[in-house]
Amino acid sequence: MTLTEIRPDAVTDRTIAGRSPWQLAWARIRTDKVALVSGLTVVLLCLLALAAPLIAAWNGHDPDEQFRDTGITAQGLPIAPNGTFWFGTDRLGRDLFIRVLYGARVSLLVGVVATGLAALVGVLVGLLAGYYGGVIDTVLSRLMDVVLSFPYLIFAIAVVSIAGPSLTATIGVIAFYSWAAIARVVRGQTLSLKEREYVEAARSIGCGDLRIMFVDILPNLLAPVIVLTTLLVPAAIVFESTLSFLGLGIVPPTPSWGNLLSEAQGFYRVAYWYLGFPAATLLLTTLAFNLVGDGIRDAIDPRMERLFSRRGRRNRRDRRDRRRRRKGA
Amino acid sequence: MLLEVENVVKHFPITTGLLVKQTIGQVSAVDGVSFDLSPGETLGLVGETGCGKSTLARCVAGLHPITSGRVRFDGDDITNLPRARMRAYRRDIQVIFQDPYGSLNPRRRVGSIIADPLVVHRVSRGTELRRTVQELMERVGLNPEHYNRFPAEFSGGQRQRIGVARALALRPRLIICDEPVSALDVSIQAQILNLLKDLQDEFGLTYLFIAHDLSVVRHISDRIAVMYLGKIVELAGADELHEHPRHPYTNALLSATAVADPDEAERRRRIILTGDVPSPIDPPSGCRFHPRCPKARERCSSEEPPPALRDHLVACHFPVEAGEDLTTSGSGGRPA
Amino acid sequence: MLRRFLLRRALLGVLVLWLVTLGTFLLFFVAPSDPARTLAGRQATPEQVELIRHNLGLDRPILVQYLDYLNRLIHGDLGQSYFSGESIGKLLSQDFPPTASLVIGGAILWVVIGVGAGVISATRARSLLDRVVTFLALAAVSMPTFVVGLLLLYFLFFQLSMAGAPLLPPDSYVPLTDSPGEWARHLILPWITLAMVQAASYVRLTRGSMLDILGEDYIRTARAKGVPEGRVIYRHGLRAALTPVVTQLGVDVGTLIGGVVVTESVFGLGGIGQAVVQAFVSGDLPVIMGVVVLATTAVVVANLLVDITYGLLDPRIRLT
Repeated sequence: MTLTEIRPDAVTDRTIAGRSPWQLAWARIRTDKVALVSGLTVVLLCLLALAAPLIAAWNGHDPDEQFRDTGITAQGLPIAPNGTFWFGTDRLGRDLFIRVLYGARVSLLVGVVATGLAALVGVLVGLLAGYYGGVIDTVLSRLMDVVLSFPYLIFAIAVVSIAGPSLTATIGVIAFYSWAAIARVVRGQTLSLKEREYVEAARSIGCGDLRIMFVDILPNLLAPVIVLTTLLVPAAIVFESTLSFLGLGIVPPTPSWGNLLSEAQGFYRVAYWYLGFPAATLLLTTLAFNLVGDGIRDAIDPRMERLFSRRGRRNRRDRRDRRRRRKGA
Repeated sequence: MLLEVENVVKHFPITTGLLVKQTIGQVSAVDGVSFDLSPGETLGLVGETGCGKSTLARCVAGLHPITSGRVRFDGDDITNLPRARMRAYRRDIQVIFQDPYGSLNPRRRVGSIIADPLVVHRVSRGTELRRTVQELMERVGLNPEHYNRFPAEFSGGQRQRIGVARALALRPRLIICDEPVSALDVSIQAQILNLLKDLQDEFGLTYLFIAHDLSVVRHISDRIAVMYLGKIVELAGADELHEHPRHPYTNALLSATAVADPDEAERRRRIILTGDVPSPIDPPSGCRFHPRCPKARERCSSEEPPPALRDHLVACHFPVEAGEDLTTSGSGGRPA
Repeated sequence: MLRRFLLRRALLGVLVLWLVTLGTFLLFFVAPSDPARTLAGRQATPEQVELIRHNLGLDRPILVQYLDYLNRLIHGDLGQSYFSGESIGKLLSQDFPPTASLVIGGAILWVVIGVGAGVISATRARSLLDRVVTFLALAAVSMPTFVVGLLLLYFLFFQLSMAGAPLLPPDSYVPLTDSPGEWARHLILPWITLAMVQAASYVRLTRGSMLDILGEDYIRTARAKGVPEGRVIYRHGLRAALTPVVTQLGVDVGTLIGGVVVTESVFGLGGIGQAVVQAFVSGDLPVIMGVVVLATTAVVVANLLVDITYGLLDPRIRLT
């Protein structure tokens, strides 16, 4: 047999485009309305946060400026939302809208940076533990267990009582508490991926450990890491607000959603907006992040169980169609 | 000799305990195997699933450390070399894997998979790399334009061609083919076998070719070794082994291969082996095949036959004589 | 068998307890807080501070202090607060009832809600009801505990009182022994707060675990041989699906005993969580240690109960 005779096997339809798994995922997520709307919300919130100084300059309300004449009642209480103060004012007569926007900068920054740090550490630790196994794995896994079972608030309190509350301390505490969850998932995935034949193939070629970990294993576990990271961002935002609420996170006058809500605590009876607007913004943000994460999970790996899915309708329709066809035949 | 394998033993320990590992037993996957390969030769290695042939392949390729024995490549001892020193030999020894789906990373493009050996060993880069890879693809019968596609977009046969191209990239001297066609349709099997044969002629390759099917290796191999429970039971020239199989196990394997000629099939009688392959954790005493052997006698259970070595050698106390029929058990008289 | 198992777990628990006390002790001495200085006040001379330090035993080497603490702990003495001088045992016995009431009552509520909603969701997977439940669960994890608490206060206390129906009080704790009715009335809002936040993860857990189990072959077999659907779900399915829920419950109850700080402080219940925050801020080591010992014991005991429950839920698991 000559080479030309075996060629037919190699000829395929040229119209098939080489689409990567990521491109396929993108194609899937584009049809997911819930995820798209949530994604747009996240983008919009980020843009608003970035544009906070511009908006403040445009309406002339500095976040720390106290409007003693127009922003506070005769009894010294916050005033309700109106044309000047869209979200009303706070206890010192500051523009709540502007403060919520500035708070978004801090809260989003903390959420994204802390989660990013956690993902970086988690992926590294998980890869090392899963790939090398043995003593390294035992030590690192115990470490993850300890971190995951540690009462985080006690830890946060301890750190803050040593270092004092600050943006860095907040990010540190959240990252410290989040990396283990990622590391555990990465470790599990690595354990199964390293037994794949293509890893053995890489070794037979002469690839080093680092190349195998980062070129052959990492891309295959990126999907769950991305999903988990997206879901950890809202958790980090919630975490930040809780720390700030307890006075262990971002310290006033720097506004964050957590300390805005903390201040509003004493005013919920007289000024619903003081509590309501920061709470609603926070909820909108975390909910949007969670829904985006859910959508990404669905798009990257359609087999994974999804929390909030539109696929049910599609599945039921498919089943009905199949039944009909069977009857017709 | 290009490759000399001498009395190779591979045991996997069975451990228990969560923190402190205790060894409570071992699996003797490969138990004292010797053979050698001359340049340009193909040695077929045949045996049932679990007989240790894939483990042997991995030991030879330096993927598993071996428990004892020697592996020499081109006169150099490469037994359990540290990874850094083994790297130099990996250019000469390449592996083609069984599973055309599992052995290609699904997240990487075909071009970069084939280029991997060239990149890792810093053979070429840039546009030269791309050209080399595309030449390789063309040589193994793939469309070079499919350079940027993912493994999932290829059929099983095409994927195995990718595996061949990857193994060929460094122009190795020895390719260990670990059941390269077992996962493929019969029609595709022939194409891959032909490709391997053409490449051997063109590049003067030496193959260690593993399969569980005797008919697959017959046409590609110069010599064939039959493995059973971690040991080589018979080693002979390909035609010799098919025409005059001497080990009862080889006879049984041969009787089970499919034959295209109906007259031949009519004449052929299947030797049905009783029982399952015993566990390699606790192999039978004496000759490992004795519990299932139609010719077994008392001596077989107590005394281990000498190992099969060069030329036509068989590890059996009572080899099958020409014309002997094993379908009736015991010392075979011809059927009526 | 069971006795050996319990003994081994108890020994492990003691080991954990020892490690945690050691860790806390070391952590405390890394912190720059100086209780002697705090106690002495601003105008104190260095000599006075030194005297107080000596009286508290803080001038001894850390190791000696630690061994002394361990020795007293073995004899059941948790020491005294640096500041109030009160015995820690008495302090904890004051702070423990609100926390325990909150956590245990809340746990019952969130397990009922979480597991119930999870089962409904799983058995009607992908229905409208399922989607509503899972969306609510998602919304609940998207909210910080204190926001849930504040919203409940606003609607169920404030708006209700304004509407002339002051059914639920906003804060404070009434001991169970004083008046069971008042005790419950004062805890309803905290319970709901805790349950809402916690139930969300139980819904997810139960739903996922149930869906896995309901896909198993033995469930299909049970249905095929005509076991009623209710029995399939509750006897065959839920029983197996509860294992991860029980694990999670053990961890949650254990850790919450040491830190329901947020719920306690929103509703001003007093309790362990608030005590420890205060102790950390002021540097009151004996109080911190007391809470840590208590919380760790709670975690250890909760885990032990979880392991025993496993045996009851799944006969395959032997306690060894």
